[in-house]
Amino acid sequence: MMTNPTGRITQGQFSFLPDLTDEEIAMQVDYGLKKGYSWQVEYTDDPHPRNTFWEMFGMPMFDLQDPAGVMMELKNCRQTFPSHYIRLMAFDSTRGIESIAMSFIVNRPAVEPGFGVVRQEVNGRSMRYTIHSYATDKPESQRY
Amino acid sequence: MNKPYEAGAVNTEITDKKKRYSAGVLKYRQMGYWNGDYQPKDTDVLCLFRITPQEGVDPIEAAAAVAGESSTATWTVVWTDRLTACDSYRAKAYKVEPVPGRPGEYFAWVAYDLILFEEGSIANMTASLIGNVFSFKPLKAARLEDIRIPVAYVKTFKGPPTGLIVERERLDKYGRPLLGATTKPKLGLSGRNYGRVIYEGLKGGLDFMKDDENINSQPFMHWRDRFLYVMDGVNKASAATGEVKGSYLNITAATMEDMYERAEFAKELGSVIVMVDLVIGWTAIQSMANWCRKNDMIMHMHRAGHGTYTRQKNHGVSFRVMAKWLRLAGCDHLHTGTAVGKLEGDPLTVQGYYNVCRESHNKVDLPRGIFFDMDWADTKKVMPVASGGIHAGQMHQLIDLFGDDVVLQFGGGTIGHPAGIQAGAVANRVALEAMVKARNEGKNIKEEGPDILRKAAQFCTPLKQALDTWGDISFNYTSTDQSDYAVTPAVA
Repeated sequence: MMTNPTGRITQGQFSFLPDLTDEEIAMQVDYGLKKGYSWQVEYTDDPHPRNTFWEMFGMPMFDLQDPAGVMMELKNCRQTFPSHYIRLMAFDSTRGIESIAMSFIVNRPAVEPGFGVVRQEVNGRSMRYTIHSYATDKPESQRY
Repeated sequence: MNKPYEAGAVNTEITDKKKRYSAGVLKYRQMGYWNGDYQPKDTDVLCLFRITPQEGVDPIEAAAAVAGESSTATWTVVWTDRLTACDSYRAKAYKVEPVPGRPGEYFAWVAYDLILFEEGSIANMTASLIGNVFSFKPLKAARLEDIRIPVAYVKTFKGPPTGLIVERERLDKYGRPLLGATTKPKLGLSGRNYGRVIYEGLKGGLDFMKDDENINSQPFMHWRDRFLYVMDGVNKASAATGEVKGSYLNITAATMEDMYERAEFAKELGSVIVMVDLVIGWTAIQSMANWCRKNDMIMHMHRAGHGTYTRQKNHGVSFRVMAKWLRLAGCDHLHTGTAVGKLEGDPLTVQGYYNVCRESHNKVDLPRGIFFDMDWADTKKVMPVASGGIHAGQMHQLIDLFGDDVVLQFGGGTIGHPAGIQAGAVANRVALEAMVKARNEGKNIKEEGPDILRKAAQFCTPLKQALDTWGDISFNYTSTDQSDYAVTPAVA
């Protein structure tokens, strides 16, 4: 259990709100599709804030019209990795953006142990900081 | 009205070389600084000045004088002009119009050949364009309203060290405005007390905390103490939330050497961002931008002092021009106003500043004060910062006005929360996420905003407390700087 006010990892667009229902997730997906974004399902068991590359669950879904396609992929991912972190990410290929336009978590492990700070004292009062994930003390696939 | 003043007036430039260069004083328009037929080149720098000539001074002569004094002219004829290709060095006023609804004021358009400017130097550009000319006696007042910098010149500037797209990738934050707060009280906290505020705000849900503009290294808190305690708070909050967090460490100091020293220490401690004040000056800004590029650092620009340039409608430099210069000089964050908060700003005019920061190509947009098309040639984008007297109860207005690419800073609105700093941060973050979600679901947040906030407050007590405390606070004063333009061009 993490000690921040939400008790959980707060990455993504909607971590401070009650978990989105599938219907609400589909509305967000639809919003992105109407803007021309391509959706991607990603999962991980190492949600370190600097772990940029979560695993891709398939490819980004280019040229999709209907949110149902994304919801089906999400369902498959949840069935395969029920206790992993899963997020939906939308890519915008517009010139000058060409990056991620939306990102939010849609699946979490039942217990989120979070992170600790490791302080290494150096050069007098100076400090080197490491954010350490408690879960990654265990090998991949045995973490949650 | 709104037609070029004396459109098609016969040019009075003296073309006979003997007469033109005999010793004595000529009118500026006789010297070649006015040409009503001039067609600006794609490579010219174009400026729009608002000028108020002294009584009896002809507006065209005044415009020619502005062109002259901001380029090659001196008060008298000099024969040494003839050693040069002087015609290309003369700026040319090419259009003058009365300002709609402002008697005595005129818009003057002036074109400058590219050869007048040093590549990649804002100091050089400003020394010409807002140098001597602003003290010129025949004008009561002058204001640089807008500027078109040609692609050829834009490409000589490196622009923002990081840019808003890469900033989001580094921070792993997408699809919503970023949230910040300025640590209060701005003066007097010890390093330890200061770091407490940083930790509470970030752990509660903010993305950034911020030093204020005049926090440097005073007797109550040496800069190294501040950096050490702040970074402990930042890292602890990052671990507590699993998010990348930052705090703008203000490295503004007396000398470049001091600033570099502070920047290096911020980097050693792992800060993602440093901050400078506008008052350090153009050269220092470009130097710090270079340092930030080299060290993967985001550069936050607090526009301390800008009001001395920008606030008076008839004299100075519009903030849209300052924003263009700052985007070229290279900052990643720029305070650009809130429109709804405690500080100056008409909503449309403020949106114009945001567009200058974020668009790839500015189109003429008179209600927002944009007088020129300008192609930014893929220059990185600046993240605008809305800060000053805003609170969670205005979330729908802020997102409606400014969209997602903005840092919303609620200083008092976080730290002044009745249940504490973390609760203040929670209130702001919940309000933000609820509003973004509702907008994406197709709700009209401008209309339904208060209702959306009230519903979110049902599951979030801190938001309810915030709305109860500040829900009715607004700052509805008339702005001193609305755009002047005619709604429909009159047919004369």
